[in-house]
Amino acid sequence: MSCSAEGVAAALREAAEVVAEHRSELVELDRVIGDADHGENLSRGFTAMVAVLETEVPPTPAAVLKLAATTLISKVGGAAGPLYGTAFLRASAKLGDAAELDPPLLIEALRAALEGVQARGKAVGGDATMVDALIPALSAAEGAAGGSVAEVLAAAAEGADRGAESTVDLVPRKGRASYLGERAVGHMDPGARSTALLLHAFAEAAR
Amino acid sequence: MTVGIVLVSHSAKLAEGLAELAGQMAPDVRIVPAGGLSDDGGLGTDYDEVVAATQRADSGDGVVLLYDLGSAQMTAELAVESLADPSAAVVADAPLVEGAVAAAVAAQSGANRKAVGEAAAGAGLAPDLAAVEASADDGGEEKAFTLTNDVGLHARPAAVLVRSLAGFEADVSVRLGAREADAHSVLALMSLGARQGDRIVVRACGPQAAEVLARVTELVGTNFGE
Repeated sequence: MSCSAEGVAAALREAAEVVAEHRSELVELDRVIGDADHGENLSRGFTAMVAVLETEVPPTPAAVLKLAATTLISKVGGAAGPLYGTAFLRASAKLGDAAELDPPLLIEALRAALEGVQARGKAVGGDATMVDALIPALSAAEGAAGGSVAEVLAAAAEGADRGAESTVDLVPRKGRASYLGERAVGHMDPGARSTALLLHAFAEAAR
Repeated sequence: MTVGIVLVSHSAKLAEGLAELAGQMAPDVRIVPAGGLSDDGGLGTDYDEVVAATQRADSGDGVVLLYDLGSAQMTAELAVESLADPSAAVVADAPLVEGAVAAAVAAQSGANRKAVGEAAAGAGLAPDLAAVEASADDGGEEKAFTLTNDVGLHARPAAVLVRSLAGFEADVSVRLGAREADAHSVLALMSLGARQGDRIVVRACGPQAAEVLARVTELVGTNFGE
């Protein structure tokens, strides 16, 4: 695929489909440790984003991501709105006016997204949050820096999978799950899971 | 002009009720509730609503935002970052109800944005009893009053008292029995629980101590305007 603005828009449409397919799964994960709205909220945000992209695809990858960010921030509600919104916004800021995404830019954008999520949510690795998916995703992406955009994204998605798995054994220290403490051990963090799903969707779109 | 206040809550009712409560003690302060989702009125925090509320609350002296739980803080911080001038607003890490009341009274007294934010944040801390003990030896002037108004030193009269003292150069405390409270803090005054018929002792230290006692005499005599 091309990694132009149109390619990024296509990746976001793919992500919207994946979120819709996994809506119930995310709701179930969140029912155990949160308020069961993660799947619902994300689905609402991505549906709105696709509707906006139907009327107009902005001219650069950065502008597409910025539009995605503002839609998510406004429509998702819950913690996922400001967190994913910040991730897309910070990634967008890294891309400048580049017309095409290449592997080094993509990795920088991923790093900016991780840093943004950490700053917004004040979470670190091991807190059982989406940060636990993003950290291994970034390091796997860095490991695949010599490959194509699709290969970098595929590596990131696999890294995120491992990270999401790791949250099963962690005691949550952020968000509503933290109120459960030890009782939340044995459950995957819904935010880490959705992060992995999004990266898989982007990788699929880039193939 | 005063510093504005925005109350970010998951619940529209919670934000509106608190705006009403805090507003009663700070009639000139813009206190704007931003609670719930504007689409369907459901529970949640609405970024666009918080941005709009922050703009409405700002009369030129800036805004302090308070929040309830979890994502409300993130939404508030994101909204501040998105302002044309992010330095015009600050998100206070404070208990929502006590913080809103303390911030409102501080803003009504003409405090700047930093001081209003600190008043909110300080509302979560235990009263500093040591400071009051120490000031007991400083001398100053004392006068005893019997409260005749209906609600005693409850929220509104306490706020009236704090506001009245804002312009004076004096440290003022109020004693009820063995307990003493800083008269510049609404929450400390309310924690005394002074009721109608109770006898309080007001002590003022500083160059304007006499003026302070005259002002308090007038307030008690007119039942705090009730």
